[in-house]
Amino acid sequence: MEVVAVSNQLKKRTVKEIRVNLDKCIGCRACEVACSGFHAKPKYSSINPERSRVRVVMDLLSDVYVPIRAGDYTQAECSGRNTYTINGKEYTQCSFCSVSCPARDLFREPDSGLPLKCDMCEDDPTLAEPMCVQVCRCGALTYASWEEDVAEESVRRGEMEIGLECLVTRFGKDKVADAFDQLMGEKR
Amino acid sequence: MRYAETGYNLEVDLTRGTVKRVQSDPRLTELHLGGQGTAAKILWERVPPETDPLTPENFLIFSAGLLHGTPVPGANRTSVSTFSPLTNLYVNSLMGGWFGPELKHAGYDKIVIGGESPGLVYLYIHNDKVEIRDASHLAGKGCQETATLLREELKDPRIQVAAIGLAGENRVFQATIEHANSSASRHGVGAVMGAKRLKAIAVRGTKDLNIASPAKLWELCRNKYQEIHDNKNCGDPMAHDHNESFHVDNFAWGNARTRRKGYWSKEREERWVAQWKEVRTRDSGCYNCPKDCHYTISYPGRHPYFLKCFNKLTYCMAAFEEIDFNYDILGLTSAYGLDGFSTPQVLAFAVELYEAGILTDKELPDFPADGAGRFFYLLEKVVRREGIGDVLANGVSRAAAEIGNGAEAFDHNTTKKVEQVPLKLGVINYPFFLMYCTGEKMNITQIEGSFPQAPIADREKRQKFVESWNAAPERFKKWFLEWEPKEHMPIEAAVNVCDWNESMHYVDDAIGTCAWLSSFRGQFGGSPPYHLFNLPEIISLATGMELDSDRLMEISRRNRQLVRALNIRRGLRRAEEKPPEDHWKIRDHEMEQKHLDAYYEFKGWTRDGIPTKETLDGLGLGYVSDDFVNRGILPDCDSVPVRKAGESR
Ligand code: SF4
Ligand code: SF4
Ligand code: SF4
Ligand code: SF4
Repeated sequence: MEVVAVSNQLKKRTVKEIRVNLDKCIGCRACEVACSGFHAKPKYSSINPERSRVRVVMDLLSDVYVPIRAGDYTQAECSGRNTYTINGKEYTQCSFCSVSCPARDLFREPDSGLPLKCDMCEDDPTLAEPMCVQVCRCGALTYASWEEDVAEESVRRGEMEIGLECLVTRFGKDKVADAFDQLMGEKR
Repeated sequence: MRYAETGYNLEVDLTRGTVKRVQSDPRLTELHLGGQGTAAKILWERVPPETDPLTPENFLIFSAGLLHGTPVPGANRTSVSTFSPLTNLYVNSLMGGWFGPELKHAGYDKIVIGGESPGLVYLYIHNDKVEIRDASHLAGKGCQETATLLREELKDPRIQVAAIGLAGENRVFQATIEHANSSASRHGVGAVMGAKRLKAIAVRGTKDLNIASPAKLWELCRNKYQEIHDNKNCGDPMAHDHNESFHVDNFAWGNARTRRKGYWSKEREERWVAQWKEVRTRDSGCYNCPKDCHYTISYPGRHPYFLKCFNKLTYCMAAFEEIDFNYDILGLTSAYGLDGFSTPQVLAFAVELYEAGILTDKELPDFPADGAGRFFYLLEKVVRREGIGDVLANGVSRAAAEIGNGAEAFDHNTTKKVEQVPLKLGVINYPFFLMYCTGEKMNITQIEGSFPQAPIADREKRQKFVESWNAAPERFKKWFLEWEPKEHMPIEAAVNVCDWNESMHYVDDAIGTCAWLSSFRGQFGGSPPYHLFNLPEIISLATGMELDSDRLMEISRRNRQLVRALNIRRGLRRAEEKPPEDHWKIRDHEMEQKHLDAYYEFKGWTRDGIPTKETLDGLGLGYVSDDFVNRGILPDCDSVPVRKAGESR
């Protein structure tokens, strides 16, 4: 049987995952050290956990130690938040949240305040494993990656297209265009 | 540009309530590296030898190590250097955890604290913002609770805290400074902090540090994580080993008195492990180190605390109790901030005095009958300096002298007023004799470490050990190969072993690496991750200094001689350099003194243990020899009749 590659219909996507085993974390913060070094410019020129895109949330005596990787940036904090009680200790939703958010100064560059986001250590050449995983030798962080089939990109519409379409339906083409021009004018 | 170090010290005057950020002299780094090396220099310059350690004129110095804040794994030990109220001599006590690196990121290599605050205060350091703040609400609070409260009060869970408890506030000579999973425990450094009315230091830092050769240093360090993690010969094996037979069968119980051979059994091990499983909550490491030497204990009714090292056994062995008691009382002593080595010996000493009728119901009204009850009773008296507790809080040696009436005979396990490890052995071991006599740390675990304690009987195994012994200079391999069981090494070997062992500690204490990864662990398995031959490159890459093993040793010697000089200036002499009388059963006075003579000569000291002018000047410590001459400690002439030290370093 002959297999014909139908390149226009199916695409491969690499899924990267860092698995976190909280039972194995010893709170050493080597992951913070490594991440900050890897992202320093030039590389490794400074080690500063404050610039790390992974931070270990820990209350030494009672917590589980939780390494959290920085996720997306948000302009607004959540309006309603949960409070969790674990082993008799209270945690807010923010405790384990990965978002760079105005509610707190976690995941921001210390000087500029710019948000930090984990980029899975994208680099050329690609690292065998993200840097935080490489230094976490007690096995709290492990790395896995695999290929997944995804449908042709044009079929999947991006967030922006969906958003724009909503606006056009609601306000009409011209209004949206005007608003766009105005916005760009201000920016320049 | 300054590499690895920040180049700034924080100067705090608690009397005036002022803080200053002061640039340090980069030449001092070349001469002393950092840590206790540069701290000793400051103490030499600023604290006159007559100074009472508990007065405002004494300085208390927290030093981050030179490598803190670099990627070097396991560089996290903070030095606390000052003069001790227990010994009246210099003390350098270390703590691991996260404090030193945080201080570096706040922009300081050291905190130099002088004066005495009128009321209880704490120091808050957040980068350039430094404040002396009221701590009256923290008076009497436990060390761990203080850290929690400060994090809440300052609204930052990432603050690192070093705090004293009730013991430090009351200037108890066993008082520690507790930080996270560690503590600076030796010789009453907590009492000095208490005398300054400084409850705690809270530090938070977010600044960068420069590294001289960043990419190369990173490459080297990246491989160290795995190596250290996998290396069974480093880290604290006691943290995960449940077979306690080595300690309970061989170390002495009570006031360093009784060996209980055969105490350990399978049945007891099972019981102890079951108990451990009930109270242990989690493992932890220290900043940027893949080992997990510490774990938390949650004992019912006690604040959770960290258990480390031999603390696991010292209280139960001193009180002739079971392990349960140890977990229980540690909950209190961790909160009070008390040293787990000396405190149990002080309490056991008091129990002995009571049994001998030297202390009576007059001093100890309603004294309980059982070991545990007695320890809890005495603990409260000591930590509050209440009644007889006020005397006991000065340590066994001073208390014995104060109590008199025959109590002196019960002070049998101290050297230079410091309670020693409760070990009573058979035949004298000369390297250890020298370490007990001359080590400026006065605690054997802080002096020994690079050369194995005993020979390997099997010649083949011995050969194998030596072949993979990368940490050792060649001459030690030869001595070890020739060392047969039940024999003494030549005097020259004993002298060199003592010197090498302590030299490696002086390196650690300057750069801030953990002794469990270097100076303390070579003796077991011979493969410490850090040693004389790989550290020079690591330090060079971090700092840009040109360094090889010889130069590193020279710096170590300079620091060591400076520390010696601090103590000599305060009156330390040969007469005090002796181990506990009964440490070995079989001794040889003449040979011992021969060893001591040889060691002094090797070190370039006079027969009385004073570094000679030649020794000091040769290491660039001319200002020390000048001072010695001015004070009449050394004679004022160029031709001191000292033989040239025939060192083959
Ligand atoms: S390196 Fe691993 S063990 Fe250490 S803090 Fe990070 S996740 Fe935890
Ligand atoms: S930190 Fe996370 S949970 Fe908290 S407000 Fe921001 S987005 Fe919400
Ligand atoms: S994957 Fe890379 S960028 Fe993300 S947290 Fe780990 S080290 Fe940082
Ligand atoms: S070896 Fe143990 S004590 Fe030393 S730094 Fe590592 S975890 Fe801490």
